[in-house]
Amino acid sequence: MRSPVLMEDDCSGWTMTPMDQGARRLAGTEQPGTNAGVVSKHRDGPDERVRHTGWLMRLLRRPESGAAGGLLAAFLIFAFLPGAGALFSLQGSMTFLTLSAELGVLASAAALLIIAGEFDLSVGSMIGFAGVVIGLTVRELNMPLWGGIASAFAVSVIVGWFNGLIVVSTRLPSFIVTLASLFILRGLSIGLTRGITGRTQIPYILQDVPDPWVASLFNGHILRGLFQWMGDMGWIATRSDGVPFIPGIPMSIVWCVGIAVVASWVLTSTRFGNWIYASGGDALVARNVGVPVSRVKIVLFICTACAATLVATIQVTEAGSADTLRGTLKEFEAIIAAVIGGVLLTGGYGTVYGAILGTLIFGFVQMGIFYTGIDTDWFKVFLGAVILAAVLVNNYIRAKALGEGAR
Amino acid sequence: MVPAMELRGVSKHFGSVIALQDIDIKVHPGEVHCLLGDNGAGKSTLIKILSGVHRPSRGQILVDGKEVQFRSPRDAAEYGVAAVFQDLGMIPLMSISRNFFLGREPVKGIFPFSRFDKEKANAVARQAMADVGIDIRDPTQAVGTLSGGERQSVAIARAIHFGARVLILDEPTSALGVHQAANVLKFTIEARLRGLAVIFISHNINHAYPVGDMFTMLNRGRNTGTYKKSEITRNEVLSIMSGGEDMEAVERDLERLLESVRPVQG
Repeated sequence: MRSPVLMEDDCSGWTMTPMDQGARRLAGTEQPGTNAGVVSKHRDGPDERVRHTGWLMRLLRRPESGAAGGLLAAFLIFAFLPGAGALFSLQGSMTFLTLSAELGVLASAAALLIIAGEFDLSVGSMIGFAGVVIGLTVRELNMPLWGGIASAFAVSVIVGWFNGLIVVSTRLPSFIVTLASLFILRGLSIGLTRGITGRTQIPYILQDVPDPWVASLFNGHILRGLFQWMGDMGWIATRSDGVPFIPGIPMSIVWCVGIAVVASWVLTSTRFGNWIYASGGDALVARNVGVPVSRVKIVLFICTACAATLVATIQVTEAGSADTLRGTLKEFEAIIAAVIGGVLLTGGYGTVYGAILGTLIFGFVQMGIFYTGIDTDWFKVFLGAVILAAVLVNNYIRAKALGEGAR
Repeated sequence: MVPAMELRGVSKHFGSVIALQDIDIKVHPGEVHCLLGDNGAGKSTLIKILSGVHRPSRGQILVDGKEVQFRSPRDAAEYGVAAVFQDLGMIPLMSISRNFFLGREPVKGIFPFSRFDKEKANAVARQAMADVGIDIRDPTQAVGTLSGGERQSVAIARAIHFGARVLILDEPTSALGVHQAANVLKFTIEARLRGLAVIFISHNINHAYPVGDMFTMLNRGRNTGTYKKSEITRNEVLSIMSGGEDMEAVERDLERLLESVRPVQG
């Protein structure tokens, strides 16, 4: 190895007089004091170039801060509207939470997939199709309920795997690939159901099944005792027979919370989560450092299809029937919830809790418009405005997160 | 001494296009080997072969005297050959430590509860950066907030940390300001002092000449000569790079053009 001292002779035209401290240390030629004042490395103490940012600024830079503000604004606006009192009652809030819960399941999975840089437009049709699979296997093949639900999940794994495989192997936009799946699955649902049963609905699915307890995993309530006790104490409204109007926390909310917590943990705290961000941030870079981008995306396509099947199961067990048109437009609602929640549509940025906040805004405003007696036709106008506002706010927050001037 | 990396008679064809023809290069540990060439000389193709993105159509790649075949950049990294590309290699919206460990995340806990060890990642990333002489302000800040030179530094520190013995720097200074470029050149020398073999690709002789020990000139996909620094001056390098007399011919043409325009202006 050449002595580093020689190089100072060699660098004609390029000033390198203050030999870097690190280089000297490495070369074992560091002499204490010789470089004092020449190279400032700020090894002790903070860098003077870091502007002090308060906790508020740091909080605002989080991707879901826009959605949190939006939800707060929605609460405030509806609090002052006439007739919205019921919205804030136990019954009203449970209704809006239940309404949000199913969407929350979809939005959690959709958020992961969007962060990984792909879309799944087939989740809405998958809800309808999974319901039909449960209905047909239970009614026509006389399967037990658990068998029907397991079949639906098996089908959704295949559908998700197929969607993912086509997207990663052809490199076609997932938008167009899953748009095709959207139509295929919806057509299959209607075609199969009408072909086999002659109708487009499958009623009485829960009747005479050997395992009705399975349904209670999806349509039951938890904390019944607590709610009954609160009803007995006269704290919450009860029906004439003493059972509270809200008998407990619906399972759909439990599922939603569970899935959101797991999805968020996977995204932010695991190696797979790091790969999700990387796949959406820059798939080529990720591949070059050895991230199995294709596998990540296929797994996430399977997750969205399974989330749709979970929602279908909840709906089937609650209604006791399957309808071929269930879940129509849910794919857009899931994407909208994620985007309102600060998930970057082009991938690489966002959080699951943001998507959940987006879901809550969605459910809250939908119920709010219903309770306050505003013509529900206006919901779509509102939705469009919120999407636009969300995208603008998110854009701003992302620019802040990267610091001004950065791209 | 056995070269850390060697190419023997490497050629690369894309269809009927011959991008590289019979390239021989040896890079020794503790040496900065500059690959110089104008646009279209085949530099990019050569880097991609060196780093495992492309496979050569003909010829051999040797690492520590043993023939190897890289299936992917990750594969090359396993052999200790790491490339730092100009724009590739960093994901702007992810934090420094997440980028640093991307694809090699440290984990703790037992499956299915094994998780990305963020504390360790932050601490190690910070230390690895300090080792190459950069104090990062906050390892959780997004890479997109860093300047171009800082990004290069993170990429170099990462390569060194993960045991690179051959460091390939692709135009590391071309998009940088004077000060940042000087920093990157400093890291290049630090890497060399650590005993790494550095392959420094550039078309900027002013950056390459001070740090280089060996110079290989590429022109139209061929090696037009490998020289030790003692054998060649900056101007000689420049003239070989640009195809020698071509530059003078261009200058004469320009002179003539200006002559012909002058009377009209007058």
